Amino acid sequence: MTRSRSKLTQARIVLGIAVLAFATFSVLVPDFLSAGNVSRLLQNVSILGILAMGMALSIIGRGIDLSMVASMAVSVAWMLAEMNTGASFAHAFGFALLFSIAVGVINGVLIAYVEIPPIFATLAMGTAIYGFGRVFLLASDVNYLPDDWQWLNTIATAAPLGIPVSVLCFAAVCGLGHLFLRGAREGRYIYMMGDNPQAARITGVPIRPMIVGQYVLTSLVALVAGLLMAALVATMNTRIVGSTYVYDIILVAVLGGISLSGGRGGAGSVIVGTLLIGILLNGMTMMNLGYTTQNVIKALILLAALTIDSLVNPRDEQTSQQGDI
Amino acid sequence: MTRDDLVRWRYRLIPNTVVGEILSKPWIDNAVPVLMLAVLLAVFGTLVPNLLTLGNLGNLSQTVGEYLLMGLGLTIVVMAGGIDLSVGSVFALANLVMIALVGWAGLPMGVAIPIALLSGALVGLVNGILVGYLRLRAFLTTLVTLIVVRALVDSLLLSYSQEIGAAPIFSAFWDYLAFGTVYGMSVSFLTAVALAVAVHVVLTRLRPGWHIIAVGGSRRAAHNSGIDVRRTVCLTYVASGTLAALAGVFYAARLMSLGAETGVGLEITILTAVVLGGTSLGGGRGSVVKTVLGVAIVVVINNSLLRFNLPSGSSPLALGIILLLAVAIDVRWVKNKRKVLDQTYVAPTYFELPPLPDARRGAATPYAVNDHLATAEPIGLGLLDGPEDVILDADDNLYTGSRDGNILRLMAPDYTRVEPYVHIGGQPLGLAFDRGGNLVTCVAGMGLYMVRPNREVVKLSDETNRTLFSIIDDSRMRLADDLDIAPDGRVFFSEATIRYALHDWMIDALEGRGNGRIICYDPHDGSSRTVLPRLQFPNGICMVPDGQSFLYAETWGCRVSRYYFDGPKKGRTEVVIADLPGYPDNINRASDGTFWLAMIGMRTPAFDLSQRMPGFRRRMAMQVARDQWVFPNLNTGGVIKFDLTGQVLQSLWDGDGGSHPQVTSMREHKGWLYLGGIFNNRIGRIRLPDADQSWTSQSAYWGAPK
Repeated sequence: MTRSRSKLTQARIVLGIAVLAFATFSVLVPDFLSAGNVSRLLQNVSILGILAMGMALSIIGRGIDLSMVASMAVSVAWMLAEMNTGASFAHAFGFALLFSIAVGVINGVLIAYVEIPPIFATLAMGTAIYGFGRVFLLASDVNYLPDDWQWLNTIATAAPLGIPVSVLCFAAVCGLGHLFLRGAREGRYIYMMGDNPQAARITGVPIRPMIVGQYVLTSLVALVAGLLMAALVATMNTRIVGSTYVYDIILVAVLGGISLSGGRGGAGSVIVGTLLIGILLNGMTMMNLGYTTQNVIKALILLAALTIDSLVNPRDEQTSQQGDI
Repeated sequence: MTRDDLVRWRYRLIPNTVVGEILSKPWIDNAVPVLMLAVLLAVFGTLVPNLLTLGNLGNLSQTVGEYLLMGLGLTIVVMAGGIDLSVGSVFALANLVMIALVGWAGLPMGVAIPIALLSGALVGLVNGILVGYLRLRAFLTTLVTLIVVRALVDSLLLSYSQEIGAAPIFSAFWDYLAFGTVYGMSVSFLTAVALAVAVHVVLTRLRPGWHIIAVGGSRRAAHNSGIDVRRTVCLTYVASGTLAALAGVFYAARLMSLGAETGVGLEITILTAVVLGGTSLGGGRGSVVKTVLGVAIVVVINNSLLRFNLPSGSSPLALGIILLLAVAIDVRWVKNKRKVLDQTYVAPTYFELPPLPDARRGAATPYAVNDHLATAEPIGLGLLDGPEDVILDADDNLYTGSRDGNILRLMAPDYTRVEPYVHIGGQPLGLAFDRGGNLVTCVAGMGLYMVRPNREVVKLSDETNRTLFSIIDDSRMRLADDLDIAPDGRVFFSEATIRYALHDWMIDALEGRGNGRIICYDPHDGSSRTVLPRLQFPNGICMVPDGQSFLYAETWGCRVSRYYFDGPKKGRTEVVIADLPGYPDNINRASDGTFWLAMIGMRTPAFDLSQRMPGFRRRMAMQVARDQWVFPNLNTGGVIKFDLTGQVLQSLWDGDGGSHPQVTSMREHKGWLYLGGIFNNRIGRIRLPDADQSWTSQSAYWGAPK
């Protein structure tokens, strides 16, 4: 740890870029620094940040969960659909919870026991989850928050002490994530698995159950993000599954310094990545840049971050891991 | 009929080598996707009307062609250990470029197509520089280029789609690309097939392809062996970008559509096809054939699901589940193939040996154990590693093989100086001098080689005629063992087994089947031909002075036989000694007209019994770890002397096993007997006081030296 403290880590680089972007926008864009805008900025990216925290859990353990968005959308949409047919909240929420856990378990079993590569297993699971939801659970793509539950929307959009509830949620998830990763034994196991699965295995880490647990956790975080999203916008549109949203999540996680080869980064990385993306999205929106232009700029920044990381911390040809894509 | 008869007939009638040999073939990797395609075609072919009609196949062939082109590109990238997600966007980009250049700018096709391909190559080059040279992570980098290129295409469409899309295209070649057919197959399909063949040849036969596979198999090893890893990786992305652009060109001609959905999610479909075929993410394992199969599977699934008219969402559900199942089967198969192969490859059969002669110390047989070899004078002690055979030249220098692939020469007269005579590469086993003083040798895993007196190494033979209907390729030589040379120059050499290589040679003993053969190499026309197939580990070969026959020993058969290759008895085999007490190895001539026979190990009642119980040995091979198997006893051995009538005249043993516990060869030379052992660290020699003190095998074979 002392070694990496003294080095220019990716998180530090990204933090620098974020500060730079923040300063640039403050100069270029009028009203950027206003309290209202800053809180709006944070509110917009908090869901993305929560999802990135979940993604971080699986990436640190040398996995990836491309089915996160599908799991989030279908479980919450199903909950809303049940509530619309008159089911009690506990009943509907129970369904959503079970669904999330089931998705996590299936993902984990496929990856840990069947040994399908995580990218591929979760990719196919994402497709299957959406299909399953549309065929068996949901009558339509868009599901609305029932009228007698609109107070949820009121709470979610509130801002006690000037801080939006969604930002509080993001902070809470990151805080819990940090405590889990750094404090809990299982959290340390996840780092060990990410660093070197074989070594972790022979030192006695129960690799396979841990992988299952890791994906269940990721799926549960997705559920939390989904609940917040449903409360914020009062709907859940399952079409989001087909979008590139999951790439944005990975972008946030990786930008902050969570290496795709596992074992690196933490909750701090997620916050840094979220901040940068939030600042950029907000600034660009206020500058009236189009959606596609924003995508290009976002992508180029990610590319720049990756390039700088690769130049500052070059991969060693002798020790790089095989099959590390 | 006794129980033994039943067992014997059961193993004679039902060959049990088939499963293991089929599993050992490399093409068996394709079995899973082929099987899956067959099942899908059967299921969907019945459920979906007209799926397999010519018209539908003609329509499908365009999609297949485009998918295959992109799949080929992705295969190249994945084989080198990368991944290219940007292909979907490159596809859309090429589509846009084509329609814009031909329809709007009015450029001729001969200009437009290269520019479109160049646009794809350029995106590939960006990927390649970032991933190959700057060593960014492939997944993320190509994800970013996917988003960037997509955004570029979208913004261009947003601004110019009206102008571009409105322009009509009148070009015969354009229409030909879109709707032209050759024997009912679309142009895109035929192009893709031609390119598939080309890529296959490059990957399997040419240097760039080998570099790609080497980099994917082990980046570090490729780097250390001098391959330019960065350039190789970079070029794979250029290839992938170009091929994706080519697919986009065909798509443009086919649909002339500027829809914003063009190529969205296509990268996932193509990746699915590639992985379904069995090319593994991470690199090094895969092939074009696999990709072709994968593409066929994906297209069949997609097309069938489309035509079921299922409720919204069911086709992604089915696709996802089918994919997961297929990949799960593939992953398990790849992982456990080795285990299954190990368990099924050993295929024992029934074999009954004649009664075991008594070889105990003080026994009344000529085999009684004594201590003659214990007094052997050591030569090259500690300098030699596995001297299987020994031979001496006219100047009394001693030659022997070593495990590191050399023939060593020990210089007369005191044999203390050892020099590598030549490096061959495989472990040299049998050695013999021919009439011209060339040293002919059998090299394990390589075949029959000759060393000229000027130390030039010449390959004489490494393949023979392949047996009809053989599953494993038995034309290549796995374990050439010993040889001897007939007066007319023909070389007869034994190949101990066709089913195992040198490091596994002892496992052949568990099978009890004739897996070996004797091959004749004819120097006059350079041909090799199997003369005696199905022998039980044929080992030593020695010419009988009549010039018409040779003696050969079958190690696991514990027999010495005589085969007539010429003369009135041509083609006949006679057993000389049927019931040796141990496992014979090399045979060589003695000065008094008799023969020396080395014994590598001794029979034991337990192993002899197990030879009559193939079921037991099979269960053992499947259920017990290899180091716990019952093997023949190869810890004790010796030398015996016999004559052509089969009478054993003398035996020499090292009763305590201190210096020559087992002997694989012996050579009489000027009153000494030189002893070699494949597990030994020395050559030994003992005096033969009663022998002709000037006799050498050289002069016995080829006359006195000139």
